[in-house]
Amino acid sequence: MPPESEKQGTEAPIPTGTGASDAGSGIESDGARVIDADAGDGRQGGGPWAIAWRRLRRNKVALFSLAVFLLICICCLLAPVWANHVADTGPNTTHTLEKLHEGGEVKEVVEPSGKAIGPQWFAAGGKFFLGADGHLGRDEMVRLLYGGRSSLFIGIVAAIITTILAVIFGLLSGYYGGFTDTVISRIMDVVWAFPVVLLALSLGIVLAVGGLVIGPIHVKQSSLWIPTLIIGFVYTPYMARPLRGEVLALREKEFIEAAVAQGAGTTRILFVELLPNLMSTIIVFFTLNIANNMLLEAVLSYLGAGVQPPSSSWGTMISEGFGALYSQPLLTIIPGTAILLTVLSVNVFGDGLRDALDPKSKVRFEARAGTAEPEGSAAV
Amino acid sequence: MLRFIVRRLFGAIAVLFAISVLVFLIFNVVPATNPAQRIAGKNATPQLIENVEEEWGFNKSLPEQYWTQMKLIFTGKVVSYNSHVNVDTRIREGIPATASLCIGAAIIWLSFGFLFGFLSAVRAGGFTDRALTALALTGISMPVFWLASILLYYLTYKIELFPASGYEPLSDPGKWFSHLILPWVSLAILYAGFYSRVLRSSMLDVMNEDYVRTARAKGLSSRRVMVRHVLRNSLIPVITLFGLDFGVLIGGGAIVTESLFNIEGVGYFAAEALATQDFPSIMALSLFGAFFIVLFNTFVDFAYAYLDPRIRLGTSAT
Repeated sequence: MPPESEKQGTEAPIPTGTGASDAGSGIESDGARVIDADAGDGRQGGGPWAIAWRRLRRNKVALFSLAVFLLICICCLLAPVWANHVADTGPNTTHTLEKLHEGGEVKEVVEPSGKAIGPQWFAAGGKFFLGADGHLGRDEMVRLLYGGRSSLFIGIVAAIITTILAVIFGLLSGYYGGFTDTVISRIMDVVWAFPVVLLALSLGIVLAVGGLVIGPIHVKQSSLWIPTLIIGFVYTPYMARPLRGEVLALREKEFIEAAVAQGAGTTRILFVELLPNLMSTIIVFFTLNIANNMLLEAVLSYLGAGVQPPSSSWGTMISEGFGALYSQPLLTIIPGTAILLTVLSVNVFGDGLRDALDPKSKVRFEARAGTAEPEGSAAV
Repeated sequence: MLRFIVRRLFGAIAVLFAISVLVFLIFNVVPATNPAQRIAGKNATPQLIENVEEEWGFNKSLPEQYWTQMKLIFTGKVVSYNSHVNVDTRIREGIPATASLCIGAAIIWLSFGFLFGFLSAVRAGGFTDRALTALALTGISMPVFWLASILLYYLTYKIELFPASGYEPLSDPGKWFSHLILPWVSLAILYAGFYSRVLRSSMLDVMNEDYVRTARAKGLSSRRVMVRHVLRNSLIPVITLFGLDFGVLIGGGAIVTESLFNIEGVGYFAAEALATQDFPSIMALSLFGAFFIVLFNTFVDFAYAYLDPRIRLGTSAT
């Protein structure tokens, strides 16, 4: 034990409670100092979070990605503003027979051949900014913004569901072990062995027909919650497994022993002692999970098992656009680019987070900072 | 080793059984509508629904229903009520196309995944590493079907570099190859990106091990250390992934790619079944897919035991 924790001990004469957290924080700050020294920035002190933040702050690419992601979220949140004040239309309003007056020109929104108008940018005062979406003549930009709300909602809420389920299962099966562990792990194995897309599709198609009834709660078949719940459910084992592994390792540590010796209850040990130590893993998984969820949503919607029409999501927009791929490729390219940008920004930020939070990434970090000689530099 | 193999095979059978129960539950207990109606399809007559109820055992208890349905599926007697085609025949006809697609794509993604992963681990932190990381991240951030449709538009329609789509049997190898290039590439890009990232981080972990330092201290050449010591020991996570991914695809998981490129394989059939809500087919296909996943996972376990004897000994001791 470092001398400072002895000092803390004498200053705080109450032995219970604080003693346990002392032991915990002692270990943490101990580990943190080692990492800090290795990172080679010569600064001392600060908790592990402060150190992680310092590392993250130096990673400009990750911060830029976070900014891009937040910008996309804000744009989508402001969808009604654009719809009501700029485009003057709703996401599902059709303009099949309307004409646009641009300066002296009159353009049809949908030509008799069925070809829709292309991007107008600001020529019509923001109307049909990105053109219209095929023969129904709906405003592509408005649909893109509203579709983004669905896609982001599913991505983020499903990640929250996965995280909650995975934390509960991971904690219980890792900490209790024995029978509980066997049951939970085997169930996870089965879900794991089931192809994610196929499982999600089967559930999606079944629920898209009849809706979901759990006791008194009836989820309508067109509800956004159905794809959200499905995606949240199918990815749970992918997060619960690594968490369980970590709990298994942490369970044997001294600070848990100390907490048990002081009579801490199971709930306290699980949520006050163990959970904070899992936080960095949880945060990284949560972030990368959002990216995966959005991609899965796109696939599900594309195959008709995700977001149900007339609601739009980026996945449904690609699949609608695909019908007119050869005459109007933009209708496919635009929503796909939106997905690519969003998912890429989440992935890059998640990567940066992992580098900042995961002590194992020390190698990568040293190599990047150039403080240690990269081990592979001489090779090949 | 034999004991290990037998144990794993029994494990695999148990998992398959559990999956069949899960499939049964998903299609019979979860939905809130009449199951016979769903099996019989959208335009079913009351008479047909009654027949289905009889044949699929919906008027009996749940375990009996399970038994009847599994018997139907595993004896290959399931007939789609939408297209009146035997599901078993359809699947069997689709296997050559699906296998051509998956094996070709796997060769591409493994080659590029290994090459990129190895290069970026060796040059960790350098320009090559950053460029390859950016490339790989972009690859894993795209919806596959979106990429495929863009490729279709520009390469087959705009500049007509490749034939449009469809599958040509292997009896004409030239045609077979040219028709499959685009599907292979678009399917492989996602996995190549993912595998190179996994291999990179796994290699970086291994490079930090003591035995690598020892090997270096012994005076082995860097090339030898990287290939013999680091690469070999970094393979386990990649093999795990490969078993899972390849099992998914060969069992009809390339639903989107196959339907986009009109390759009439198992995945194409699945897409069709999903679009028409043809439940008997979807059930049979789910089980078919799960079978391959479990099979390849079992292969992976054997490969582990071969690569790392500690795994074999560790499990047979418990």
